Amino acid sequence: MRRVGVFVCHCGSNIAGTVDVERVAKEACKFPNVVFATDYKYMCSEPGQQVIKDAIKEHNLDRVVVASCSPRMHEPTFRRCLESAGMNPYLFEMANIREHCSWVHPDKEKGTVKAIDLVRKAAAKVVKDEPLQKSSIGITKRALVIGGGIAGIQVALDIADAGFPVTIVEKEPTIGGRMAQIDKTFPTLDCSACILTPKMVDASQHPNIEILSYSEVEKVEGYVGNFNITIRKKARSVDMSKCTGCGTCWEKCPTKVDSEFDMGLGKRKAIYTPFPQAVPNKPVIDRIHCTKFKNGKCGICQKFCPTGAVDFEQQDELITEKYGAIVVSTGFNQFDHSVYGEYGYGKYPDVITGLHFERLINASGPTMGKIKRPSDHKIPETVVFVKCVGSRDEAKGKSYCSRTCCMYTAKHATLVHEKIPGSKSYIFYMDVRTPGKGYEEFYKRTAEEYEAQYIRGRVSKIYQKGDKLMVRGEDSLIGRPVEIEADMVVLANAMVAREDAGDLARTLGISYDKDNFFTEAHPKLRPVETHTAGVFLAGACQGPKDIPDSVAQAGAAASKAIGLLSKTQMESDAIVSNVDESRCSGCMICKGICPYKAIDAKIITERIGGKMAERQVAEVNKSLCQGCGACTVACRAGCLNLLGFTNEQILAEVEAVCL
Amino acid sequence: MKYAYYPGCSLHSTGIEYDMSSQLVAGKLGVELKEIPDWNCCGASAGHTTNHLLGLALPARNLAIAEKEGLDVMAPCASCYNRMKTSEVAVKSSQETKARVAEVTEMEYEGKVGVKSALEVFVKDAGLDTIKSLTVKNLGGMKIAAYYGCLLVRPVGIGFDDPENPMTMDDMVTALGGEAVDWPFKTECCGASLPTAREKVGLKLVYDILTIAQSVGAEAVVTACPLCFMNLDMRQNDLNKKVDNANFHLPIFYFTELMAIAFGEKPAKAGVGKHFVDTSSVLAKYNLK
Repeated sequence: MRRVGVFVCHCGSNIAGTVDVERVAKEACKFPNVVFATDYKYMCSEPGQQVIKDAIKEHNLDRVVVASCSPRMHEPTFRRCLESAGMNPYLFEMANIREHCSWVHPDKEKGTVKAIDLVRKAAAKVVKDEPLQKSSIGITKRALVIGGGIAGIQVALDIADAGFPVTIVEKEPTIGGRMAQIDKTFPTLDCSACILTPKMVDASQHPNIEILSYSEVEKVEGYVGNFNITIRKKARSVDMSKCTGCGTCWEKCPTKVDSEFDMGLGKRKAIYTPFPQAVPNKPVIDRIHCTKFKNGKCGICQKFCPTGAVDFEQQDELITEKYGAIVVSTGFNQFDHSVYGEYGYGKYPDVITGLHFERLINASGPTMGKIKRPSDHKIPETVVFVKCVGSRDEAKGKSYCSRTCCMYTAKHATLVHEKIPGSKSYIFYMDVRTPGKGYEEFYKRTAEEYEAQYIRGRVSKIYQKGDKLMVRGEDSLIGRPVEIEADMVVLANAMVAREDAGDLARTLGISYDKDNFFTEAHPKLRPVETHTAGVFLAGACQGPKDIPDSVAQAGAAASKAIGLLSKTQMESDAIVSNVDESRCSGCMICKGICPYKAIDAKIITERIGGKMAERQVAEVNKSLCQGCGACTVACRAGCLNLLGFTNEQILAEVEAVCL
Repeated sequence: MKYAYYPGCSLHSTGIEYDMSSQLVAGKLGVELKEIPDWNCCGASAGHTTNHLLGLALPARNLAIAEKEGLDVMAPCASCYNRMKTSEVAVKSSQETKARVAEVTEMEYEGKVGVKSALEVFVKDAGLDTIKSLTVKNLGGMKIAAYYGCLLVRPVGIGFDDPENPMTMDDMVTALGGEAVDWPFKTECCGASLPTAREKVGLKLVYDILTIAQSVGAEAVVTACPLCFMNLDMRQNDLNKKVDNANFHLPIFYFTELMAIAFGEKPAKAGVGKHFVDTSSVLAKYNLK
């Protein structure tokens, strides 16, 4: 005979408002094996937990049921409570009478009846609970950072400074990311490269940091603390160990290609580094455009290379490494505005995006920092800015606000005013959103001192008239249509997820939202963790973010990773799969099903008919098993059971509710 | 192919050239048009702004008559087409609306037949290859601005072509041997009834369209809407009198007129002689008289 105690929580009025908690406790007393039941205002509070501990002693309880919120919320709390009262923490069940009952049922009578059923179910299951033991596994004390933009660099520096080795995997030939493309940063207007490049150099020189540029994560196996990562080092066609970065090759290369880094406004060579401060400052050959790869002729770079580093035969290389933690910081893309027919479907050369403008205004950009129209290289006098292009537009773009555009547009207007005397800026906006330190002041200064004219309304049409761009829109504050004759239009395109974000999420086994941004484990309380243990998020891959937010989040993600790596052993959960060897036929169907490679065959020796015989059975590695339960349903004989959720326990619940 | 033909109020009056030329083109393409018996107003302008249900019920009655004969409707007028399409979509997507409309009209419209614009029937469905093969008098590279107006390809999701940069009529011009100029005012508002009701506002809209068309070198404008046609054609004289330096003589055509002429019909038979702005010189220039 078990001795079960039931504890019903009011959760203030959260539960007690729609469930008669006293009646639930009274009814619970009548359930089989229940020897004690009570209710309390906040079961999770310190005095609430004391109620449980006292009752365990007083009534000699050997099983406990708490009827309160979701186990996702407080199961660990109550398990610790049992542990401190000297009980095995797994002799415990939670009945979720908040999320599954009081919050969703307005009718108190029906809610109470349902709560009683939920408690009956938990009380039936808890009787079948057995004491479980946690196991522990070692941790690989290395971190992998995917994406080497400002967020990834910051994560790597923080983890490396804490004494752990870090690898940055970056798919481009250099680290630096979007911040390297940006000219000035708001609200201080300090030069982006001047504050970024020292960090890039710090990363490259840090003894604990390894940079794998021009590389991508191909495969992720293993689990928290022990990931096996396969990385594809794309063929650079340049031997990194020989190359000195002297630059002779790209000076001599005769093939000019649109520079991705300069948003197609400038040219690069077929053998190139994206920008002069690249880290590593060693080139790659763009095999699609290189004449040597296209038709076998040329090879000038190889001829001129003083160290013989150019290697046309180089192949992609796959390496597999072990890591304990992964931080994802793959950044963002710009929304493609060619779906906006009213802005010309992207066909007008002088209708550009914010990132194009950054390159135009950058001193090392294609125009040496002179703001010139892409079409005829004239300096524009009237510049129109259009905000919320693709943001806050469910019809053609994204439902969310991209958070950065209000500020960078204000910055752009300020820079236009500073660089082009006598110029005029108009900014079409829906709202001006400036939630950041010094941001509102910056916006005010743009409007008042830098004379940018803010027009509240949407642009309905942009069209070419001679060499001017006519911008039609509505000024919704005066309620009239407006038409501006502009020389250049800058669109504040939304920040969107990388186009391959979904693929990476599937490789890593993390979730992503409707817009392909990676999902954090909890929007408020676990903002840098994912639902997959050991995988953390930093920067705009989780949602639109500016530089200060990305850096702050990077620090947070790094500290989470450091917290994990600083343990020597990691406890794994006791809720794992278990094989009943006496019934297992060794068919090994479970082995193929297991996503964590936790099941293997083993040979056991047993006495059959007076003789010793060997046979094959399945064995679960308790450290690797994540308790997903996939094998238990695959097993034809039903001899695999998830501890804590055995067939017997589940059936006890079904019987309690349905019979 | 056989269609129930819905001329609406315009094609029997102010837009009679559209009717005449549509009949010719239909004949050449082998499309049989049978006018809907006892048709009523499509509910444009006055009807649908008075009452939403009235706006759905009026075209639904015409569709119900066509449905009895099992024929899809061809409505050349952009406004008729837009109203009928709106009604068709509303009935098809809501049982409640369907029942309400049936109650008001005292006729069943099940949504089994639908409406098409003349541009869809004569260009999209017929196909550019057929149009090319029927062309006997090439337009000779005449520079033409295709003007669709605001209703024909809107709202998004209902229209048959891109709402910001439609191409059906441009493709037709090219197929007939003309040069479709790229211009930004394809779907601007022609002013509708505003040139009459609020002359200053309305005439400016017409002025802008004509000015932009001329600035890109258009020698003619082609349209698929009787109201657009009327504003662009009839108001040129007004503009020339009332606006300083305005001197418009830009011929306006229905797309069916150009098709009929290219298919070898006499321009007069297609109704071209009924225009306000003289078309003879541009037709003469390209040997199309």
